[in-house]
Amino acid sequence: MAIQTAAARRSTPRPRARLPVAATAAVLVGALGLLGVLLQAFDKGLGTEGNVPTFILITLNGLTLAGLYFISASGLTLIFGLLRVTNLAHGALFLLGGYVALQLVQDAGMNWWLAALLAMAASGLVGLVVHQLFLRWNQGQDLRQALITIAVSLILADQMLARFGATPTAIAPPEFLAQPLSLGVYDLSYPRFRIAMLVAALAVGLLFWLVYTRTRVGMVVRAGVDDSQMTSALGVNVQKVFAIAFFVGSALAGLGGVFAGTALSLAPGQDQSFLVSALVVVIVGGMGSLGGAALGALLLGLVDQYAGAYLPAEYANLSALLTFVLLAAILAVRPTGLFGKAR
Amino acid sequence: MTNRLQTLGTRGALAVVLVVLALVPVVCTTFFTSQVGLTSLWLGIVAVSLTFLSGYGGMVSLAQTALFGVAGLVTARLSVESGWDPWAAALVGILAATAVGLLFGAVASGSQGIYFLIITLAFAQVAYFYFAAVPTFGAHEGINGVRPPAVLGDPVQDPARMYWFLLAVSVLVFLGLRHVSRTAFGLALQGVRDDPVRMAALGYNVRLHRILGFTLAAPVAGAAGVLSAWSNTRMSAGSISLAIAILVLTAAVIGGLNRLEGAWVGALLYTLCDTYLRGWTDRFTTWLGVVFLVIVLVSPGGVVGLVSSAATWLRRRLPGGSAPPAVPSAPAPPVPVSSGGAR
Repeated sequence: MAIQTAAARRSTPRPRARLPVAATAAVLVGALGLLGVLLQAFDKGLGTEGNVPTFILITLNGLTLAGLYFISASGLTLIFGLLRVTNLAHGALFLLGGYVALQLVQDAGMNWWLAALLAMAASGLVGLVVHQLFLRWNQGQDLRQALITIAVSLILADQMLARFGATPTAIAPPEFLAQPLSLGVYDLSYPRFRIAMLVAALAVGLLFWLVYTRTRVGMVVRAGVDDSQMTSALGVNVQKVFAIAFFVGSALAGLGGVFAGTALSLAPGQDQSFLVSALVVVIVGGMGSLGGAALGALLLGLVDQYAGAYLPAEYANLSALLTFVLLAAILAVRPTGLFGKAR
Repeated sequence: MTNRLQTLGTRGALAVVLVVLALVPVVCTTFFTSQVGLTSLWLGIVAVSLTFLSGYGGMVSLAQTALFGVAGLVTARLSVESGWDPWAAALVGILAATAVGLLFGAVASGSQGIYFLIITLAFAQVAYFYFAAVPTFGAHEGINGVRPPAVLGDPVQDPARMYWFLLAVSVLVFLGLRHVSRTAFGLALQGVRDDPVRMAALGYNVRLHRILGFTLAAPVAGAAGVLSAWSNTRMSAGSISLAIAILVLTAAVIGGLNRLEGAWVGALLYTLCDTYLRGWTDRFTTWLGVVFLVIVLVSPGGVVGLVSSAATWLRRRLPGGSAPPAVPSAPAPPVPVSSGGAR
């Protein structure tokens, strides 16, 4: 948003007078949905026989899923914000990270944390190679770059299918996270690993925020997001910053894959489904906006879980549809997402 | 004078191509006619709706398979479950696709470039999940036993008449879209593609042009859906999954996104490889991805672009060739119509 002076504001007619109506309607619909969920949750009181324990578990599922979405989406939004590249191979890099960690933990018996680190490096390196070989000289041609990354994702996904087969497999979690954690209410317990996933997402978000606002690297990145040519003219090696951003973004996709492979499972086709959810998260928040990605991840994770659990039974199989309706509705009202900058 | 000769030459060449194509059912085996012929023709029709949108409107859409599915599944449902006459069912199916296209276009027309690609991806997913969930349309099973009109014969046993019908529809669609591109509306649409801001300043309603362009392509995709349901005698949600949407995009890109005929060339190449290369290599998708990548990197005009630049080169080398740019209509810039119209 450009800051306008009072005089300028008075002289220009307000161009989007209709926006509040649509936004209010959207908020209303969201509030109604949440009210419906809460009504069902607290329907039978707070007792152990009531629906509250299930509600807590479903909310935790939604929150931890949101963490997973945020980890993979933060890489996508970093790359888009800085390079203006919509990396549609993000899902393939995500799956690659998962499979590399799987191999290292299962076959080489490696420590989970080390495997996760190596998997991140592998995804990051592949992303970096794709950027240097195919994308670097196409800067500014965003549709062509999107098509290139689609082609790359086709190749990567097929090669992974050839190497790792089609049977879904899961990575064994690190030992001290393998036991469920007692929550202390209603005798509930919850997988420790999924909570660790949420903590990791918060850590990634915090780290991003600190680097963005407190370091010189972050300053250069922010300058690059706003105007990469000007930043380059000021003597910053923008190409190097771009390469690093692509490496970090792809590595985050790999980290997401490791988490997803441990908490859920790995299978062909997941590259596309996670790419699509990462895109939804990023687009809902506005591409390039980290806070938007966090909000988008939260929305998507909760809507996904609540819709699956609380929609009337005859509509329950439509829950997958809901997230895309959400996306289309938000884009129809705000074509660049909630916090997106018009470019 | 040379111009007129060249026009005659082009028309003659086209006529020869058409005659050769029409002879396919007579000369080739039933398997080839139905497997390669029918598939590449309907795939070409759905791809050309995308080629039209992207080449003349600057809108790279992934929602064409959704419209394809709406028409195909509505037709299948009406003719199988409700016992309608196939022609009437097809008409209603295509009208339904057009109505949905109008809705999609109205929602998406505010977005440009990469945002347009992603909002149409959301539409594709909405349609997929809807049809996969709703029992009226057979859910995941789909609808089997779709009977084409009796006049067209059995598409499996005796595909000749079906093939000629599809060929005739293809020619009509090609001529129709080419005609549209030369009308005042088509020219304005190309103006909107190249510079929306300037077109708006000239008094054109940019958004309306984009909506109408999108709606105009919808019945084309819808017709392809009906023809596909007739050719395969079945249709299911799986026929419109994200993988298929990307396949249509791949076929259109390989053929060439800025020439209408490229759609059929790409579809034919894809179908030929799909039919004959699969037995030869396990990693068919990898090779498809490699071809896609090479085409996007080397020749944004696709195979058709390659052929026409080769022809121009030859004409220049041949004695006596004065070689004006002989390509009759290559209106679009190379594939990537950058999203930054406002930049």
